[in-house]
Parts: sequence; C-alpha cells; structure tokens
Amino acid sequence: MIVGDRKPIEEIKEMLAPYKKILLVGCGTCISVCMTGGEKEVGILASELRMISELEKKDWEISETTIQRQCEREYIEPLKEQFEKADVVMSMACGVGIQYMAEVFPEKIVLPAVNTTFYGTNVKEGEWQERCAGCGDCVLDKTLGICPVARCSKGLYNGPCGGTDNGKCEVNKDLDCAWYLIYNRMKEHGKLDMLDEIIPARSWKTSLHGGPRKRVREDAQK
Amino acid sequence: MTSSRLKKILEKGHFAVTSECGPPKGADPKAVQDKGKTLKGFVDSVNVTDNQTGVVRLSSMASCVLLKNEGLEPVLQMVTRDRNRIALQSDILGASALGLRNILCLTGDHQSFGNQPQAKGVFDLDSIQLIQTVRKMRDQGVILGGEKLTLPPDLFIGAAENPFADPLNYRAARLAKKVAAGAEFIQTQCIYNIGRFKEWMVEIRERGLHKKVFILGGITPLKSARMAEYMSKNVAGIDVPAEIIERMKSVPAGDQRKEGIKITIELIKELQGIEGVHGVHIMAIEWEDAVPEIVREAGLAQRPDVD
Repeated sequence: MIVGDRKPIEEIKEMLAPYKKILLVGCGTCISVCMTGGEKEVGILASELRMISELEKKDWEISETTIQRQCEREYIEPLKEQFEKADVVMSMACGVGIQYMAEVFPEKIVLPAVNTTFYGTNVKEGEWQERCAGCGDCVLDKTLGICPVARCSKGLYNGPCGGTDNGKCEVNKDLDCAWYLIYNRMKEHGKLDMLDEIIPARSWKTSLHGGPRKRVREDAQK
Repeated sequence: MTSSRLKKILEKGHFAVTSECGPPKGADPKAVQDKGKTLKGFVDSVNVTDNQTGVVRLSSMASCVLLKNEGLEPVLQMVTRDRNRIALQSDILGASALGLRNILCLTGDHQSFGNQPQAKGVFDLDSIQLIQTVRKMRDQGVILGGEKLTLPPDLFIGAAENPFADPLNYRAARLAKKVAAGAEFIQTQCIYNIGRFKEWMVEIRERGLHKKVFILGGITPLKSARMAEYMSKNVAGIDVPAEIIERMKSVPAGDQRKEGIKITIELIKELQGIEGVHGVHIMAIEWEDAVPEIVREAGLAQRPDVD
C-alpha cells in the first residue's frame, strides 16, 4: 500500500488561512488502511480545525467526506456539488489522489493534508515499513525477495557495505541491513553462490530519471 | 606517460607503505602541502579522502594535485555517493589527465553522518560497479554504454574491504567480487583485531585471492583510550578488542599516544608476517605527524626506489 503521514497541524492551519469554506476529503484505500487519511482521520482533523476556528476566530466552515478512491475519476465525480460549494478542498489522500482530484475539478485548488512517504506494508500493529521504490526494473529474483533499492540506505546492488553492525544499518540502528537479510535468506535456501554474481550498472531510465512515467495498453483503450 | 609507482613497488614484491591525508575544511592549499611535506619520503603513496563521512572538504582531486606537486604519489579516493556516472567518468578522465595514477573506488559513507545530512545521495553506481567502470575505461577504452574514448585513462585500480563487518562469513566473498570486478589493490578497514584479520586472510588464501590482488592492511594509530572506546562503541564496522582498550587505559593519559604508536608498530610487524599481505596502509587521522615515527620504528623508512 501507499503509506503517508498527516502533516503537522501548524502547516495545515497556514495553508487554510486564506479560505473560509473548506471541504476535507478522505480516501478509503491505502491511506485509510495506514490510519492516516480515512473517514476516521478526516473526522479527527475536522474536529481539530473546528476547535482552532473557534479559539482563534477563523470563521472556518468545515465540511467533510470520504470517498472510496481519490485516484479514480468515477469516485471523484459525484463530489461535484460539494466541490462547488467549497472555497478550497483539502485532500487526505496520497499525492496521487491530491493531484487527481484537482485534475477532475480543475477550477478548484486542492491542498495536501498528507505527506506521502512510501510503498510499504503493515509489519505489525502500528508499524509500517518500506518495501518497494517503484524503480521500474525489479531485481527481487536476484536478491531472493528483499529489495536493495528500497531497503538498503545506499541502494547497493552488490552486497553489504562496511557499515553493517550486528545486522543493522549504520544509518539507523532500528533499521535492518537489507544485505544482511539477503545474505541470511540466501544461506537458508542454500544459494549463497548467488552473491558472487556481479550486477552491473543498471539503467535508471525506468525509474523517475527517465522522466515521469506512463503506461499505455492499447488493447485496453477504446 | 608515467605509470603508478605504487603498482611498481607492489609488483616488485616490496612491502608497500601507504598513508592517508584528509583535506581541510577550507580553500587552504597549505594544509594539504604541509601534510604532504610531513609524509614525503616515508610512504609510497598517499590516499586523499573524498569528503569522508559526508563532511564537505577541499576536493580529493585538487588535493591530489597539490600533493603531486609536492613530489608525492597520490591515490585519488572516489565515492559514488555524490556523483552520478556522468560526473564519475568525467572525473576519472580528469584525474588521469592531471597525472594521477591511482584510484580507490568506494561507495562512501552515507550522507546522514556528515555536515550535509539533508543532501540527496546519488548512488547511481555502487563501488563494485565503479571498479568495473574504471576498468572498462582503462582496458577497453570505452565508457559505460560503449562509446569510445580518444585516450583511455591510466590508473591503478584499488578498492576497500572491511574484514570486520557483518556478515563476517561473507567478507572474503565480497573481496572476491571486487577482484572479479577488476580491483588490483585492496586497502582494508583499520585492523585492531589481528586474530580476526588472520582468519579472514586464511579465507583469502583459500580462494587464491592473495595471488590476484595486492592486499594492504589498514591501521589507524590510537591517540587515546577514549578514542579506542569511542571507535569500538560508535563506529559501525570497527572492531577494537577489549584487550587493546584495556592496554590503552593502563597507561597515563599523557603516554597514550606513545602506546598507540607502539600498538601500531606491533600490528605492522604482525602484518609483515602474514602470507598474502603486501603492505600497510596507515590512516593517522589528523595525526599525520605520527607516520614518520611509525614507519621508522617499524623498520620501513627505507622506501624502495623504483623509478
């Protein structure tokens, strides 16, 4: 899923300062599952903003709604009337939803309430970890399912650096060293010889460095 | 074109002595020249660190040229943290054109350790891919992607390895990978745990790597018991055994530098006795003054003349 964190309230307050009628829109998919921008979190932010409005005499009118997905037009379009009534829309989705709502309703400004952080998973209660960098050229076959691009602080392709410390990354002792994990997994599977293969310099064109990416499937087009 | 003196010394079977020079945090050529003057004649070549630990310093390339002009043979350290393959390859050509003849290919410490922790890390290549790149440029006369160079760079290609980092069982295999990528000499992370280093060398010899690459054992003289404790606790991948820390503590603070030098000399003697170790790399961090004494006391002051 896509994981994100809600922005600090001070930053949100500053963004909303010029406006009066504010529509908060939550997203029911990834950002809801990571407990950042679903129905519940929209309710919490709405209450916070109403309280601030009262205490600081902001005169804000906050309305709130949550749709299934902000990354799909068919879920956004029914919000037409609510968008029209608002001075500004604040999205609690990931960066995709924030942008796509403004594309569907270009006459409105859509502000971000969330910092989108990574593609990850909920490893245990209250903890999410990054797993994929969306780099466009998967090497998980060569590393037995542990991504060195997303999970090694230096994105190394050819084994651990000299800073591995008791299986932890030198950058942060709370982080597992991805190559330590890869090594152990190869060992468990009797495939340590995989480490001898040199992975040569890759092309980053499939990543953002080739420019923004798009995918076209002609057979799916009308 | 003159080729690397370090290479000649190693090829002739001499026990090489190399050292390191950290450039200043300023545009001060004298700081580099002074360090060069201190080391001149006592070492075969001097590595210049490339913004080590992610701290902004006078560039490695410029410092290398300053040292070269003082009559020393520099080893250009190059990290992949700060430059993509365009800049790396351009600097490799630049180094050769400026008459530098040795390069040490590194990934580099993560930027979060330095004084620019907000920096965007590049890591377009890793150290092994950088070794392959230099090798390709030098031996095939082409850059990545195959485009031909008008004149290939002439560089003796080195890499680093840390026999003390996790997973320990993988460290000899990693050296093998660097050798397969094209490394011709290796300078190791600092050795305090000579027992562990010897175990690693056994693995190196079993793989026959000592015959394919020149291995220089790295040593950083300890200035104080506090430094020993700090390195042991806080520097990832450094193994300072308790007995070394205790030994440093057992002498009064005023004598600890002397003790550090004594330990260094003992370690050098140990290194000289290990089959497959071809030299020593003395990294006296901000303590270059100690190097001449160490080299003299270790009986290595008479540097071979190979020119």
